[in-house]
Order: sequence, then C-alpha cells, then structure tokens
Amino acid sequence: MLLWLLVILLAASLAGGVNRVIGSGGGWALALFPSGVFACLMKQGPLVLNQQNLSSSIEWVPALNLAISMRLDGLSLIFGLLITGIGALVLIYAGAYLNGDDRLGRLWMFLLLFMAAMLGLVLADNLLTLFIFWELTSITSYLLIGFNSERSESRASALQALLVTGGGGLVLLPGLILLGGVGESFEISTLLENSEQIRQHAFYVPILIMILVGAFTKSAQFPFHFWLPNAMAAPTPISAYLHSATMVKAGIYLIARLHPILGGTAEWFWMIAPVGTITMILGAAMALRATDLKQILAYATISVLGTLTMLLGIGTEATLIAALVILVAHAFYKGGLFMVAGAIDHAIHQRDVRELGGLRLTMPATFAAALLGGISMAGVMPTFGFIAKETWYEAVGGDVAGIGFLAASVLSNIGLVAAVGLVCIKPFFGSRTDATQAAHEGSLAMWGPPVALGTTGLALGLMSTQFSGLLTAGSSAIAGSVVPVNLALWHGVNVTLLLSLLTLAGGLTLFAQRHRLEGVFKSADRFIQYGPAWGYGWLLKSVTQFARWQTAILQNGYLRFYLLTMVGLTVFSVWMALSGEVRSHLKPMPLDFRIHELLLAGLILVAAVVAVRAKTWLLAVGSLGVVGYSVAGIFVLFGAPDLAMTQFVIETLTVILFVMAFSRLPDFRRLTSAGTRARDAVIAVVAGATITVLLLFAMTVRTDHPISDYYTTNSVSQAHGRNVVNVILVDFRALDTLGEITVLSIAAIGVYSLLMLRPPKRIALGNEANNVANSSCPISTQSED
Amino acid sequence: MDSVILKTAIRFLMPLILLSSVFLFLRGHNEPGGGFVGGLMASGAIALYAITHSAAAARQVVRVPHRILIGSGLLMSLCSGLLPLLLGRPFLTGMWTTITTTGFGKIHLGTPLLFDLGVFCVVTGVTLVFVFSLLEE
Repeated sequence: MLLWLLVILLAASLAGGVNRVIGSGGGWALALFPSGVFACLMKQGPLVLNQQNLSSSIEWVPALNLAISMRLDGLSLIFGLLITGIGALVLIYAGAYLNGDDRLGRLWMFLLLFMAAMLGLVLADNLLTLFIFWELTSITSYLLIGFNSERSESRASALQALLVTGGGGLVLLPGLILLGGVGESFEISTLLENSEQIRQHAFYVPILIMILVGAFTKSAQFPFHFWLPNAMAAPTPISAYLHSATMVKAGIYLIARLHPILGGTAEWFWMIAPVGTITMILGAAMALRATDLKQILAYATISVLGTLTMLLGIGTEATLIAALVILVAHAFYKGGLFMVAGAIDHAIHQRDVRELGGLRLTMPATFAAALLGGISMAGVMPTFGFIAKETWYEAVGGDVAGIGFLAASVLSNIGLVAAVGLVCIKPFFGSRTDATQAAHEGSLAMWGPPVALGTTGLALGLMSTQFSGLLTAGSSAIAGSVVPVNLALWHGVNVTLLLSLLTLAGGLTLFAQRHRLEGVFKSADRFIQYGPAWGYGWLLKSVTQFARWQTAILQNGYLRFYLLTMVGLTVFSVWMALSGEVRSHLKPMPLDFRIHELLLAGLILVAAVVAVRAKTWLLAVGSLGVVGYSVAGIFVLFGAPDLAMTQFVIETLTVILFVMAFSRLPDFRRLTSAGTRARDAVIAVVAGATITVLLLFAMTVRTDHPISDYYTTNSVSQAHGRNVVNVILVDFRALDTLGEITVLSIAAIGVYSLLMLRPPKRIALGNEANNVANSSCPISTQSED
Repeated sequence: MDSVILKTAIRFLMPLILLSSVFLFLRGHNEPGGGFVGGLMASGAIALYAITHSAAAARQVVRVPHRILIGSGLLMSLCSGLLPLLLGRPFLTGMWTTITTTGFGKIHLGTPLLFDLGVFCVVTGVTLVFVFSLLEE
C-alpha cells in the first residue's frame, strides 16, 4: 500500500516536467497514475468485500512503537476510490482550467501531493501515522488555497485554513496520544479490541473532546465553519477536489473511523449530533444568502458535512449507513458542480449568480453536467442522491429526538434544493445578460470530467443494488460489526417518499420566492458580523499585537541585551537549583598539581587578562586563541585526545573567522562608559564563578555508574570501533549527530542569507528597505548605526 | 594578506593539511579523529588558502560549490540511515561488511563510515560558507 503512495508522489515529481514537455494536455498523462492506483484498489475489492482486510506494516522507530502500518478495509477502500478516481478527473480538468499558464505544473504537483497525503490518511492503521498524514493534508491544502500567492486575499484565506485546521491538529495530537496510552496500542486495529476498556476509562471524555476538536476544525463544523467559504480563493479545480470531495471529509473520516472505538455512548451522541445539526442548518441558510457560485456550493458543503456529523453522532446502524451513502453521493455531485462553476468562471470570468443567465444554449455540455449534478444534489429520482436522501430520512425519525432531527434534515434539504436552483437553474435559463454574451463551451477536458461525475451519480442510482456490497463493507467498518446494506431505488409510496416530494416542492418554492429572503438575511447580518469569523479575526489581531509587544521587549536588537539575558537566566537558574545543596557537597580539591599543569593554568589566566585589557582587536582575538589552545592542552594532559584535537582546530578556525569579521570593523575603540564596563565585569565574574561551582559540584554528586562504562564495553562488539568518542557520534547516538549536522546546515543558510543576500546599498537607503527592516529584522537596523 | 612567505608556505602546507584531514577522518573509528574534526581541519586548510590568496582562488581549489557539499553530505548521512531501513532493520542501524583486497588486506566497510563522510562534507561545507561569506562580503 505504501507503493500506491509512492506512485502518486512519483507523479507529483513529474508534474513540472509534464507541463513543460506536453503542456496542458499532460493532465491526461498524469491522471494515469491515480487511475492506476484506482485500478489496484478495485482489484482488492473482492477481498475487502469478504471482510478480509489487507494490511502491511513497516517498523519505523520500534522503541517508540512507531510503525508505518496501513490497512485497507471497506471504509478506506471507498475513500481511496473517491480520492484517486475524482483526483484523476480533477487533474484532467485542471489542465484545461489553467491552459497555457506556466504555474500549471505547480498546481498539478500540489494536487498530487495532497492526494498522496489524503490517501495515506485513509489507509493509515497507526494513530501517529494517521496524524502525520492528517497534518500533511493541512499543509498541502495551505499550498493549494494560497495558490494565487500574489493576491493577499488568497494568502489570508490559506493562512486562516492552516491556522484553524492546524490548531485543531494540535488539539488532536494529545487526544490521539492519550487514546493510544489508554488503549495500550497505537494500532487502530488493536484499539478496536480494547474499545470497552477505553470507553470506561476516566480519560474517555477528554480524549473524545480533543479528537472531536480536531475533526470539527477539519470538517468545518460550527463554530469552525468560517474558513471553508474563504478557502474558495483557490482556483476552482482545487475547490472541486479539496473542499468538496475529499479534504474536508478528513474530519468525517476520523469520526467514522473512531466510531467503533469511541462511539455508542451518551457523550458521543451529545457532543457530536447537536454540533452536526447546527452546522447542517447554518450551512443551508448561508448557502441561500451567498451570491457567488462557489460560495453557494461551499456553504452547501458545510451543510452536508453537518449532516454527516449529525448522522455519525446519532450512531445507529441505519444512520451510519445513511452517512456513508450521503458521503458518496455528495462526492460525485459536488465535485461535478464545482467544475461547472469553474467552467462558467473560465468562460466569462463571472461567478455572481445575479449576473448570470441564458447559458444553456451557449454552453450545452456544461449545462448537461450541471443538470446531472443538480438532480443528484436535489435528490431527484433515479440518482444516487435520491437514494441517499431516502436512506437518510428513513434512518432518523422514530422517537421524539429523532423527529427533531428529521425536521431539521427536511428543513436543511429544502434549503439545499433552493441552492441547486441558484447554481443549476439561474445561470442557464432566462435571458442572456451582459456578462454571458461572450460565453462559449470549453474543451472536452473542461466539461468531460463533470459530465463523467454526474453520469456516475446517475448510474450508481440505477445500479444501487450492485453497489450494496461495497457499502456493506464500508458501513461495517464504521459500525464495528457487520451491517448489511440493501439499497433499492423504489421503496413504494411511504412517508419517506412523501417527505422527499415535500422537500423538492418546498425547495423549488423557496428558490422562486428567494427575493423575500433578502430582508431576513439583512437583519441577520447584524448578528453574523460578530460570529466566529469575527472571533478569529480578533484573536489573530491580538496575537500579532502581543507578538509585537513582546518582541519589542525580548528582541530589541541589542546583542548585549540578549547575552545579558541568557547569562543572567543561566546563573539565576543554576543557583536556584543548587542553593541548598552546594555547601554539603562541595569538597576541597586535592592540591597535587604537577608543574606543567600549573604552567598551563597560569597561561590561561594571563591570556585572559591580556584579552580583557587589549587595545587592539588583533591582540584581543589572539589572546583568546591562547586561552583556547591552553584549554586544549589540558585536554591532552587528561587523556581526551579527540576533544583536544577538535578544540585545536576549532580555536584556529575561530581566530581566522574573528580576524576576517573584525578586520571590517572600525578602529578598536571603547564605546561603553566605565560604569557599563564595571557592570559587565561583575556579571562576567559571577557567571564564571557559577560555572566553576557547577562543575565542581557535578564531579562530587555522581551516584550511579557513569554511562561511559556502557560505551566502553559495547563499542567494539556492537559498533566495530575502538574510538568510543567517534563510535558514539556515528553509531550509538547517530540520530543526534544527524540532527546536529542538519542544524549546522541551517545555520550556514542563515549566515549566507545574512551576509550575501542583502539588498544593494542604494535600495537600502530608500523607503522600501526601511519598512522591511523595521517590521521584520530589528538587528539589521541596529547594525547600520 | 600580502606576505610572500605565508603565501608560499600555505601553498605547500595546504595539500599536507588536507591529506592529514583525510587521514584523521579514516582512522576516526578506532583512533582519535573522525568526520567532524577531519572536516574542520580540511576547511581550516582551505580557509588559510583563501586568506592568503583569495576566496575566488580557494573556490577553484574546492571545485565543488559548498551548497552541493552540504547537501550531498546531509544526503549521505541520511542514506546511511535509510539503507538498513530498506533491509528491515531500524533507522540508522550500523551495518558492516568486510572486503578482502590484495594490496591492503582486509577492509571493514560499514554504514557508519558513510555517515561520517556525510558529517565530514557538511562540516567542511558549512565552515566554508562562513569563511567565503565573510571574505567576499
């Protein structure tokens, strides 16, 4: 299964080249990669339908129970098919949408990277692996939403999406870790067996809350719903993929995946179902208020996501099945409708529904796609959307609470039907407007994918019986036990059908009478401006202000202040820790020095005094070099040749670098007052004394065997090396070294950009550079003085 | 720096220092030495050359751009960790093999050597970035 991810990543690495060599038609070529994975998934289908789950696992860090383990069950299979199948169509569509744009390769790459992250997420069987892919979807969607990076609006939306979903991810992580701890495993398949123990644990509620915050932010549930419509700043192919078909469903996926582990309790119901219901109603209402095609669709998505959450929260077998069926139906029609919106936008650069009309003759294929998607979204017979709605209505209802949910469902669906009118009827019928005069049909790659998605929606409706096996496997994975699904197009005349008809009639009436809603929305606007989006804006502004305030205090650009803080804090904390114990542990050192040791010590002292009193920088640097060399000499005397050698070389290089840097400074002058120097001297003496005491203390308090024993005994046998220092560096603690050389490399990039990439002098005098310096880098302004 | 003696001396000394840095690097696993100190010594030699001659001349000597040196070093160290992973062992497990040659007898080769070579390259590259940036600024 890891191989499937690698195939997609390979395609991502090829995307740029494909755009250069083939151009926009390359979408067809790139689509082959996800199609291949799609075929592989299909091939696993029969196995999964027999409830035999495919799994694979690679040990990553066994000591931390980290494994990249993957498992394909019904739920992952359905998601995987949607991700790769719709993904392939989106790649083709994107080629037509950004035809001739040299950023197309980048778009393809981001889409494929996102696809890989999403696929990894649904295949992961380890909570931590799942989390890594979860965050990868956040990061890749940040890149996608901010694709038009030259527009500040795009960047703000991308940042908003990242902060909300990433913030949710930060809450999710401790939840997952706690869950792993309580369930005694990070493998989801193992946790399934321990679910009883988890549900009864004292940490059950905290775990549930943390995981739900993650899921709700990702799936744009109230009150975190506001980022999703803003994410429409992304080009339409991205919206079609990310924000309708897959990404926002990650949260839904997580809730569904964890249902057999955490679900079935009163807490589960009360924390999830109400949130979903509010989101469902809110999304439908906001969809009617919007006038931008993509915004309408985005709010409609929020409504459906709310529905899914509500159904998963109710958590009966019937509602779980309904959630899965709606999820699949939604993926097909919403992906298609977004592409329709994009095709219209691409043809006439207008998405405001009030400006659209009469497009059915000039864009017949797009119109067909819109109709196919629309009837499924509205739940008209015989589409899959119809079946979804029937299953949904049938699943809720029953007791008193159920009737409440049913009423809310019908209400939100009436809103959605009216939204279908706005998207699929308004732009295509009526007379042409100024904006639609120049409309023309796009290429096959533009209308083919939405027509394909719409047709699939229709075909699934007609052949729903054949599709039941896969849905059974999927809903069994959500329920945690085998739940047979029997879909049928015709249930006979019953309450559900009547409700369906009521929904349609109500929706169409609402669409026809929509001008009456304007007054309602106007009065609601006054409240909405203080909604969660306002809260987000306030929070962001406050954080920035706080950051600016504390930066001005803590990072004022004076190096001496930084040093003072660091040294002062170190001295303070050392004394805080040692104050009581020092006297009892400090013993006088035996004074059996040898003569050459005393000579070295004397040399260090003399050199240090010379360095402090030096009148030229060369003398100061030179004497510091003498100090370093003498310390290295002490290392030699006490049997640490490695350390000594490194110290010698470092000291040499330090002197060289100092000379290079100082030779550019003006004459060696005293710039500080006598008082400041006295203060510095006191600090230096105190700090030096502290470190001395600390070292003496460290030598006397050792109680356990030194760890060096372990290394000396195992160095040759395990790492085939006799030099323990080097063996530690390259073998026993190689991960540390790897981290260190990475840090070194980053430091080199820092130095390089500080010294080599400065703007030329003449610009530095201008206004522009001053602004930059003031806002981001106080150090550079100081160094100019 | 315009000292003829220093210039000439460095020209002869530099290859020697470089050689001894390689020597230090190779003996590191059993005797004092290793990639870190070897890399520092190599960059020290080149730094001396850069000061006495010029940064441009020193760049000629190194030939490899330092960003490539750093990048390939990181990559080598990473690969030495990934290699055991491919064979089903934990990340960064040391793996050894022995090659028998006619000239040098038995040579022990292992992933730690590759790792250390990576360290050598990164350290050299990083130090050279400092040196060249300061000299050319």
